[in-house]
Amino acid sequence: MDGDTDAELARLLNAALTGDEQAYAVFLHRAAGLVRRFARRRISHGGLDPEDIVQETLLAVHLKRHTWRTEAPVGPWLYAIARFKLIDAFRRTSRSIEVLADGDFDAPAPEPEDSATDREIDRALSVLPAREQAVVSSISVDGRSIGETALSLDMTEGAVRVALHRGLARIARTFGRI
Amino acid sequence: MDTRHLIRTLTLDGRKAVPMARAWILALGGALVIAALLFFAAIGPRPDFALAAETWRFLYKFAVTLALFATGLWALVALARPGMRSRQRLAALLLAPCLLVAAILVEVAAIPTDQLGSRLIGSNAMLCMTFIPLIGIGPLAAFLLALRHGAPDAPSLAGAVAGLVAGGLAATFYAAHCNDDSPLFVAAWYLPAILLLAALGAVSARFVLRW
Repeated sequence: MDGDTDAELARLLNAALTGDEQAYAVFLHRAAGLVRRFARRRISHGGLDPEDIVQETLLAVHLKRHTWRTEAPVGPWLYAIARFKLIDAFRRTSRSIEVLADGDFDAPAPEPEDSATDREIDRALSVLPAREQAVVSSISVDGRSIGETALSLDMTEGAVRVALHRGLARIARTFGRI
Repeated sequence: MDTRHLIRTLTLDGRKAVPMARAWILALGGALVIAALLFFAAIGPRPDFALAAETWRFLYKFAVTLALFATGLWALVALARPGMRSRQRLAALLLAPCLLVAAILVEVAAIPTDQLGSRLIGSNAMLCMTFIPLIGIGPLAAFLLALRHGAPDAPSLAGAVAGLVAGGLAATFYAAHCNDDSPLFVAAWYLPAILLLAALGAVSARFVLRW
């Protein structure tokens, strides 16, 4: 990853950390592209879906974004998380592990066209406590906003936010383990 | 759920986590309080503390234990962040062992050979092996909690270093109680007690430091 890309990612992540949702969305899309390429290069045969690694990494990036030092480059941090999640997934599936040397990860890979519904994240979602599951599904799968979700589930917006955060944290903990 | 939906969902979760710096301050504060409470309640400083503080051997114990504590903490805060493992910081952990080896060389040169054995065995070996782990276990838990708040990508290593930091802290307190001041005693008994905490940290990391 060249300097420009990293500086741009750092700018986006910094903006995201100060509450800029738009910048955060752009950052996560770029990070997803980089991690997708990273995972595809390292998963040589079946058993693991690179997109599961992408999603697990994005969740970890989100929940652990306070571990990025604002003056540090984004690349080493992002790839360290991706590598950790990939190795973890290899271990879970007890497949042979193939850790390649770090090459250049310049060209991000596009998202796969199929929108699978039997991903690891959906399995993790399906075992959430009812209320958290309702909130996370409403926002992620049905594409509702916080406000719409609060209305449809007869909750306050604050309660929706809390359930969303807890649900995401719980998904991260059970990801790939069920 | 496809990745686009996940990303949109993540952007809507604006809850901010406690910054790492504050997590470490909390962990350090907690560790100090737990260690101090246990130390003063159970053993306390030796009666001739002021007198002992005028001898180099007594003071040197603190140089070694505080060096371990400080260098360990420096390495630990980096290990809590993914991709931040620093060879330089891990190498700094050698400072305390080097200080100890230097003192042992001086001790061996300064003391008649027939006294070396009794200095090594001392009179508080069991107390030392008991109280360093006992004082250190609370701080170890506090440091593991801070690591858990972070995202250590080498969990076992991070847990072991957390044990070394907890051991350095516990040994600093214990050194104020113990009247075996020879660096030979420190090497023979402090060291295994501290390594025990490091092993405990490494093993529990596999369960505690999942993220």
